[in-house]
Amino acid sequence: MATAEIELDAGASAHPSTLARFYREHERSIIGGGTLLAVLLIWEGVARSGLVDPLFLSSPIQIVKAGIDLFEGGEIWTHIQVSGSEFLLGYALSVAIGIPLGLATGWYRRLSYLLGPFIDALNAVPRLTLMPIIVIWFGIGIWSKAVVAFLGAVLPILIATNSGVRTSEARYLQVARSFSASELKIFTSIILPGTVPFIFTGLKYGIGRALLGVVVGELYAATAGLGYMIGEAGDTFQTSVVFFGVLIFTATGLVSVGVLDALERRFETWRPKAGAAS
Amino acid sequence: MAVKLEARDIRLEYYQPRTDTRLVALDGVNLTVMDGEFVSIVGPSGCGKTTFLSVVDGLIAATNGRVMVNGRVVSRPGPDRAVVFQDASLLPWRTVERNVVYGLECLGIADAEAKARARKFIDMVGLSGFEHHYPHELSGGMQQRVNLARALVMDPEVLLMDEPFAALDAQTREGMQEELLRIWLQAKKTVLFITHQIDEAIYLSDRVVVFSGRPGRVKEIIEVGMERPRRLTVKREARFHAIEDRIWGLIEEDLKSRIAGDRPPDTPRD
Ligand SMILES: Nc1ncnc2c1ncn2[C@@H]1O[C@H](COP(=O)(O)OP(=O)(O)OP(=O)(O)O)[C@@H](O)[C@H]1O
Ligand SMILES: [Mg+2]
Repeated sequence: MATAEIELDAGASAHPSTLARFYREHERSIIGGGTLLAVLLIWEGVARSGLVDPLFLSSPIQIVKAGIDLFEGGEIWTHIQVSGSEFLLGYALSVAIGIPLGLATGWYRRLSYLLGPFIDALNAVPRLTLMPIIVIWFGIGIWSKAVVAFLGAVLPILIATNSGVRTSEARYLQVARSFSASELKIFTSIILPGTVPFIFTGLKYGIGRALLGVVVGELYAATAGLGYMIGEAGDTFQTSVVFFGVLIFTATGLVSVGVLDALERRFETWRPKAGAAS
Repeated sequence: MAVKLEARDIRLEYYQPRTDTRLVALDGVNLTVMDGEFVSIVGPSGCGKTTFLSVVDGLIAATNGRVMVNGRVVSRPGPDRAVVFQDASLLPWRTVERNVVYGLECLGIADAEAKARARKFIDMVGLSGFEHHYPHELSGGMQQRVNLARALVMDPEVLLMDEPFAALDAQTREGMQEELLRIWLQAKKTVLFITHQIDEAIYLSDRVVVFSGRPGRVKEIIEVGMERPRRLTVKREARFHAIEDRIWGLIEEDLKSRIAGDRPPDTPRD
């Protein structure tokens, strides 16, 4: 009898209950999703209790309804297309310029002396104050917003890439020099691999800045786009539509960063995992 | 026998801009190594052994004096020399195999040939099966063996080795010592070998160079004069112990005169 019990126990610990295993494998989504769900439930509850004017607060269900209406009306597709183009144009441009320029200023000391003042100045100026000039130069079409998105994203990408190059480890550089590596070889085999995590940090930070540029640009001067839609809805107290627009921007940001995270993991398979165990 | 490597009056000052101090790491080092000779350097920690090796490799320019290899003045690293670095210097983003072929890559040797050559040396240091592991997945001793393979695969005329066996256990260390001697004999290499283990220096070398404490100078050069090939049992013979005692004596002299610890860097110049 006693033996049977022990065996049962051993079996249980070798194969933990499926529920426990499910939890362990999905711990991250369960904790994250759980808090999100709780917040939504509280929000809905407060909205329904009548304690707060629904015009102020809207509610999760009303936001979903507003979303359905927007898609049925069809007009939102134009807004998405306009904002999407602005974001993609501005972000692509900031990647195409920020990474090479960050690498170059990190590698060539003199180039960083040359461009440093401009970069610092651009970093210091609140970019929104440039809005009127940008509109004068680029009009109120998608290009002015693409430029604002670009200005927002290019600096974090450039600065992060630049510090990645400058913090390259001396001992690896020494190994390369001892093997008579060419400048190009040193760059591709030592500098670049060490800089990858910095570049990704800049890219992820740049996403938020580019989205911010699009929204603010459209709020300031536009005839279409999600930011424009949000502005209009705000002026006419359509709280749910405002929230729905915010939701689209948030989702775009999260998905973009998720894609970058996945990409980064593919580059960084060699790196030992760091961080607290729980 | 021809002279392979010659260091003349090497002086090296490190300048530290932050504190405006200069530190004399080497002062008047003279050393001549013959073709095919195995020479070890021993000396107290911080006496400038690694610095001297870097000067010989051409990584650091001497403040004064010059290094010649095959009668030509060294001004930069070249394929006739290869270094086994003291600290973990494997590229962490490259697997064992990619690390070993790195130097060949730098010379522009085709990938297939480089890999074939690498395989042989990965095998020799006992790491076959680990070709596709990353350095952080290896023990310290295994990393050092990759380090060794990375230098050997270059087939250099002069091997510059900075405490290559320091992280190995006694058995692996002796195995690697024998392997190194075998390669050295067979490929007729010239070796400059830094170590803290005096018995290792004697067992491996034709001559042992004893450096004085900082600034590093050649304090004495001791001829080992034991027949080759040597068996590990020579380490227990009386003549071996005699040499060991003599080297210990030389190093102790130096340590005694600096018992208060390491001398601080020289004071700022006005
Ligand atoms: N890059 C550097 N800048 C300034 N000083 C340095 C530098 N590298 C070494 N030194 C100094 O030069 C001296 C010699 O250093 P080195 O590394 O050559 O010693 P070592 O004999 O190899 O010591 P160990 O046996 O501990 O490896 C030390 O006092 C050290 O402080
Ligand atoms: Mg050293």
